[in-house]
Amino acid sequence: MTSVERVPEDQIVVEGLTGDAAIAHALKQCDLDVLAAYPITPQTIIVEDYQKFAANGEVDAKVIPVESEHSAMSACVGASAVGARVATASASAGLALMWEVLYCASGMRMPIVFTVANRALSAPINIHNDWSDTYGARDSGFIQIYCQSGQEAYDTTIMAFKIAEDHDVLLPIIVAIDGFILSHNVERVEMLPTEAVHKFLGKRVPFIALDPTKPITMGPLALTDYYFEFKQQQIDAINAVPDVFKKVEAEFEKMTGRKYGMFETYKTEDADIILFTHSSPGGTAKAVVDALREQGEKVGVLRLRMFRPFPAKEIAEAVKHAKAVVVFEKCLSFGAPANPLAMEVRTALYDLEKRPMVTDFVIGLGGRDVPPTTIVEGYEKTKEYLKKGKAPFFETLGVRK
Amino acid sequence: MSKKYDEIPIAGNIVEPGNSKGYLTGGWRAKKPIHKDETCLWIKNGTCGLCWIYCPDNSVKLIEKDGKYSYEYDYDYCKGCGICANECPTNSIHMEDE
Repeated sequence: MTSVERVPEDQIVVEGLTGDAAIAHALKQCDLDVLAAYPITPQTIIVEDYQKFAANGEVDAKVIPVESEHSAMSACVGASAVGARVATASASAGLALMWEVLYCASGMRMPIVFTVANRALSAPINIHNDWSDTYGARDSGFIQIYCQSGQEAYDTTIMAFKIAEDHDVLLPIIVAIDGFILSHNVERVEMLPTEAVHKFLGKRVPFIALDPTKPITMGPLALTDYYFEFKQQQIDAINAVPDVFKKVEAEFEKMTGRKYGMFETYKTEDADIILFTHSSPGGTAKAVVDALREQGEKVGVLRLRMFRPFPAKEIAEAVKHAKAVVVFEKCLSFGAPANPLAMEVRTALYDLEKRPMVTDFVIGLGGRDVPPTTIVEGYEKTKEYLKKGKAPFFETLGVRK
Repeated sequence: MSKKYDEIPIAGNIVEPGNSKGYLTGGWRAKKPIHKDETCLWIKNGTCGLCWIYCPDNSVKLIEKDGKYSYEYDYDYCKGCGICANECPTNSIHMEDE
């Protein structure tokens, strides 16, 4: 563990940055060896800005402009296998095209940092935000962290390398922001001096690497006799994430004074109803809670950050006193009894002696605006369901029906 | 070959080259090649050897010792594909159920 000191205020650079640019600036300071990516809206600025840094000689990394996202993730796996520090970025259809290689990255235990500006999947083609792309990849073995602000995206991108590269973990990690809502909006971002980030991260120390002087084989065949054992190893690895995450964040806090946790609770202590969401609706929900609290409503927000691994025990502990948990999620799992986020929450609460009611509202698909009124509608409906003692498995909100 | 998940290298990496020798593929065999010395050209005069040439698993052992020729299969790796029986010009190999 490196010794990290608080960065003096006069060394901090403040700029107005889009969410994408905040991530690009973080990547610039993380001493990458390789970045391989293919452009796709709304992630494009991340790679565009990073390419500019590379062209201007501001970073040493090799940028590989590949012919597809399948190749992008493949190049990342190859580079990571020789011990390089590696990042990529994508969204939507691009992430979908990486599909096969996502499982190679996690199965081969490559600590790749994958920044995503969440975007809906075709068809119909749509460039705006929902979480279908990364939620679809929830079983791929990647760690997944969702951010609510440009500052959080900058900070989380830096921490992501330290979490992924930890030898107890060695897994690829997705850092996600809401497409356009965060990726293209300008916010105030405090940036650390590059030397401080270098000191915080150190050089990547590979657990094992391809080396011509000591030949090994990575990613070979494992059939009925051994495949299952390697999946068991992955279970241990992803289960190790919360402890490593806390350790890394504690160190980051020492350096910056900022920390976010696996999830954020906002006015939940005495809340009867807890709104449960993440990314940009997390901010909207907090504003709604402030307004409802003024009217005397006992309501709070749990804003999730870490979706994989899902911090089930901690979440159960944080919401167990409530009468209801209201899930707002920007994803559909067609034909499922509920949708990905609510299924996790219901599973997390199942073993409680006295379970809060869980309602599930699908919102904002394809970038449909999620105004405070949508959140209020979900809240009011849940109050009705509490009175009746019964709620549907899920509903859509904000769609014309 | 039945180690626990925490006793094996991470992610299936092969850290010792040639470890496929430890993987005995003979267990895949449904039919077993049986060799008949009487008509085999290798046994007769040390010629032919087509079975040895064609065997995809190096499981045919043509042995020469003190001017005498003998013949064996390595059943640890013979998958029972039957190519040797198919190629033999004197029908000296036939396949039997395991």
